[in-house]
Amino acid sequence: MTLGKLNHLKWNATGDAGGVDGWGLVGQNGWAMNLHEYQAKAIFARYGIPVPDGRRALTADAAADAVAAFGGRAAVKAQVHAGGRGLAGGVRVVRSVAAARDFAGGLLGSRLVTHQTDANGVPVDSVLVEELADIAAEMYVALTIDREHRGVVFIASAAGGTSIEEVAATNPDAIITEAVEPIIGLMPYQCRRLAMRLGLTGAAGRQAAGIFAALYRVFTDNDCTLVEVNPLIVTGGGAVVALDAKMNVDDDALFRHADLLELRDRGQEDAFEAQAADDDIAYVNLEGSVGCLVNGAGLAMATLDVANAAGAAPANFLDVGGGATEEKVAAAVGIILSDPKVDRVLVNIFGGILRCDIAARGIVMAYAEHGATQPLVVRMLGTNLDDGKAILAESGLNVTFTDTLTAAAAALSGTETGAG
Amino acid sequence: MGILLNEQSRVLVQGITGREGSFHARACKAYGTQVVSGVTPGRGGQRFDDAVPVFDAVGAAVDATGANVSLIFVPPSFAADAVAESVDAGIPLVACITEGIPQQDMIGLYRYVQASGTRLIGPNCPGLINPGARCKVGIMPGGIHLPGRVGVVSRSGTLTYEAVGQLTDLGIGQSSCVGIGGDPIIGSSFVDILRLYNADPDTDMVVFIGEIGGTMEQQAAEYIGSAEFTKPICALIVGATAPPGKRMGHAGAIITGESATAASKMAALERAGAVIIPTPADIGATAAQTLWEAGLD
Repeated sequence: MTLGKLNHLKWNATGDAGGVDGWGLVGQNGWAMNLHEYQAKAIFARYGIPVPDGRRALTADAAADAVAAFGGRAAVKAQVHAGGRGLAGGVRVVRSVAAARDFAGGLLGSRLVTHQTDANGVPVDSVLVEELADIAAEMYVALTIDREHRGVVFIASAAGGTSIEEVAATNPDAIITEAVEPIIGLMPYQCRRLAMRLGLTGAAGRQAAGIFAALYRVFTDNDCTLVEVNPLIVTGGGAVVALDAKMNVDDDALFRHADLLELRDRGQEDAFEAQAADDDIAYVNLEGSVGCLVNGAGLAMATLDVANAAGAAPANFLDVGGGATEEKVAAAVGIILSDPKVDRVLVNIFGGILRCDIAARGIVMAYAEHGATQPLVVRMLGTNLDDGKAILAESGLNVTFTDTLTAAAAALSGTETGAG
Repeated sequence: MGILLNEQSRVLVQGITGREGSFHARACKAYGTQVVSGVTPGRGGQRFDDAVPVFDAVGAAVDATGANVSLIFVPPSFAADAVAESVDAGIPLVACITEGIPQQDMIGLYRYVQASGTRLIGPNCPGLINPGARCKVGIMPGGIHLPGRVGVVSRSGTLTYEAVGQLTDLGIGQSSCVGIGGDPIIGSSFVDILRLYNADPDTDMVVFIGEIGGTMEQQAAEYIGSAEFTKPICALIVGATAPPGKRMGHAGAIITGESATAASKMAALERAGAVIIPTPADIGATAAQTLWEAGLD
């Protein structure tokens, strides 16, 4: 397990396309709380990991001052929760204070669109101004939790600077993995071996091994799901430096990391998804027009699949949870109704702990609050079903009741043509 | 007969005095499960609903009541401790319902459970049920189940109820239903449960419900395609409409590469000889057809 490739590449070989499977390195939004580069580098520095000297700037003038302090030459980097900043024009090496002011002024207050964001992009509220590095070699190093190993793995490549997904697709043999056995933790020989396989020898190799051990401590101390350094560089002088830094923290572990919770930047998150997270509702914004209210994640995915198969593209994934109250259902429906692209709503409740009458009251409450009129297709089963149906039937809302998923799909096709 | 649970299953509920624990302990009892004891640290000596003795520690509960199954409802920050305490007490089967356990807690716990003689179902799961033995160890609505000869295994909760509801509506009973959980690191995999169904003389066919994220379905496909696995199996994978990189409710349901997609998983299962259930609305009908074709209806 520790040497050579983990099994994902085998699965991948039997699949159809590339991708670094199971490692969760692509598009981390919604999986965990993301940190900004400047926040992650501050944490790296506390663990003794060398990072470039840098200053965060909130205005073009502050960015210009910072560049002046670095002698009129520096790297200016948009601080956003999205990969692909460089290609999207969010990073530039500037060689004058005026150029720095121009570039930072253009970025700040704008929205950056990268291959990892939607068409709206993410807001650039600050830039990180850093001293220029003298780059002799670039490498890629990341830590994540591997689902097959059920533990932490290092993923590395001597080809830094590009996306690891691309390396995995075009040259999988260039990917180096090192799996940590949790009972003994990361051993020094593994750090030495990783450095060696990255081609680092002598003082740089020893320094890199120390950095790998520190990165592992960053990962475990902070309940990370991802720590990524792309690139990790060797300077002309032979020093090893983390030129970039990315950290994602396990949402479920934030209860024991009050310090990290303060680093959350809501502005980087989808507004509906951030609202849902505050209300403890699992929600993902999608591109269709059918708002979906479901209890249970698996049933919610299934409901989306059924709607899609019926030609009715879902506007969202939403799992309101098992023990939801009337108010929580209303909050969930409120998020759905706030979304301007929603023209009808599909409700699929398998009432166990969540009673159908509670769900119905929550729906009616939210429709009243929003003055909404979008038609509803309602499929409910389980506890207090008759009460739930009666509440909706007497509400004056445009409701089509169905008993099965098949009938719900048919009804959706109907409402699409105005027949519902 | 079914798997994992039988008439001799004696269930201990960890967190029995909490909101969820008390609600479901009652529902399990009402279904017919022998709920013999509960554990809530600090509440030892009480009786739950004037009947079930509550203990401060799992070991004491096992000694006094002969519990051989533990059902866990404690909050996420204490759940790893609760599982470990049951393992330490030598309980052979533990079902952990708790959702939201930190992933790094599960890394160490998984190793500990693997090295023990305990089988862990979950976490973040609905639990398991054996309708023929009237034994329910979980949060599923008992009334939708029908004793029979089809085994169900799933990563989901409510979608499992949907599947069972469709089977029961067609008169297709279940030997057992196991929800293995929606987290990235769980105690028992699809393959673990498929092995048990394969060896169970009272299970004729398996209904398998997977989802996006990870490669557990591909590992299951490898086992299903092997000579060892001899039973018909119908498989559904949900999440075909999920966008990459977004967690769909379950911590483990996230597309992080080609093999995590629904299409890749369905292709692997189909190659292995599983009958693919076209949409979640077709679970019952596909199962009925497959049973008929195998002469098992």
